[in-house]
Amino acid sequence: MEFKDYYKIMGIPRDASQDDIKRAYRKLARKYHPDVSKDPQAEARFKELGEAYEVLKDPEKRVAYDRLGTNWKADQEFSPPPDWNAGFEFSQQGFTGADASQFSEFFESLFGRSFRAEQAGRGGETHGGSGGAFFHAPGENRYAKIMIDLEDSYHGATRTISLQVPEVDAEGHVSTREHKLNVAIPRGIRPRQYIRLTGKGAPGHGQGKAGDLYLEVEFRSHPIYRVDEYDVYLDLPVAPWEATLGATVTVPTPEGMVDLKIPADSTTGRKLRLRGRGIPGKTPGDFYVVLRIAPPPATDERDKAFYRSMAEQFKSFNPRAKLGVI
Amino acid sequence: MSDENGHRNNAPSPPPKLSVTLVDEQNALTLTEFSHACSVQSGYIIELVDEGLITPQIMAEEHEPHCWRFTGTQMRRARMALRLQSDLGINLAGVALALQLLDEIETLQMRLNVLDNW
Repeated sequence: MEFKDYYKIMGIPRDASQDDIKRAYRKLARKYHPDVSKDPQAEARFKELGEAYEVLKDPEKRVAYDRLGTNWKADQEFSPPPDWNAGFEFSQQGFTGADASQFSEFFESLFGRSFRAEQAGRGGETHGGSGGAFFHAPGENRYAKIMIDLEDSYHGATRTISLQVPEVDAEGHVSTREHKLNVAIPRGIRPRQYIRLTGKGAPGHGQGKAGDLYLEVEFRSHPIYRVDEYDVYLDLPVAPWEATLGATVTVPTPEGMVDLKIPADSTTGRKLRLRGRGIPGKTPGDFYVVLRIAPPPATDERDKAFYRSMAEQFKSFNPRAKLGVI
Repeated sequence: MSDENGHRNNAPSPPPKLSVTLVDEQNALTLTEFSHACSVQSGYIIELVDEGLITPQIMAEEHEPHCWRFTGTQMRRARMALRLQSDLGINLAGVALALQLLDEIETLQMRLNVLDNW
């Protein structure tokens, strides 16, 4: 187990005031909140930050943590000194809804399993009834994100997904168990839709029903297509003569190659629609081809001569006319 | 898919394929179902609608909560609102502003990606 330097994580000195700690937390939380930040590390940073704040914002825990001393370095191998917390009693108040089951082993070794377990049992943000020994209540819902490919939406797919499910055993130990599910991805699914797996959430209490599992669908960014709601876009490079004279060209779509007629006198940015070839469904989306003129490179003297003769031929052509350049 | 029962002693067979429900327009949720799905009280959802954070479909002429229907898009926004509120300590108006700006950033980012490809 590695030592965690909570002050370093929050970017504050060890003598920071409680107000400083709160300000630092707010600032970093806004920066690394997974709903706000596009940084792939954001989620991990945000969790780490939540844990650091959980300890430092609470004067009792902070004093106890400080007693470990200043000789520890971040990521150093750590085991808590015996009786390190003798004389402390944690009142465990003011917990602000962070999911303690996500906290590190380091946190657990210091502040106890019961704390982590109690939180894990509460299941994140749900505001269910609190536990008497005998009561029946439905299990909490669980939420996860799955990444799929655009092609999966066109064809439907089956995906095996692994979820890390926190589990609390009879002695209050928290562990995460891998939970594998084979999920049918319905054809025509769009980004940000939710899939419900009934009864695959947390088990119910007593005779209560199990909760549901909700999967939020996200599309992996595609190397050539873009998705906007129901519609799919492709940027299509065309040769200048294809754009100007018109041509029939072969175009990739997620359903396979199609022949597309480029009308004469097309310019860069022209949008051609293939109706109904977007995301499939009762009212399927459209597939848009956006033209982009790709000039052939002049690699030798003959090519250059050709471009020069073009310049001669189109002497009166002013590509910058709209910019007011004469 | 054919040998779900066989080969017990060998490699573990893949877990059975689960049928799923897509929370889309055809399976839109009522206020009660939606609140359950989001693990919040229905009062919270009504607040979100009143603040203009999520816009349900309305199944009748009157804009009454029992006529509202919700889909996955609204679920994502409701869950985001909940997380932003509890994690960052901002009120609903602030969350509404944050979501609006995030939407705008996303639209701009999409346009930027197009330009970057050119």
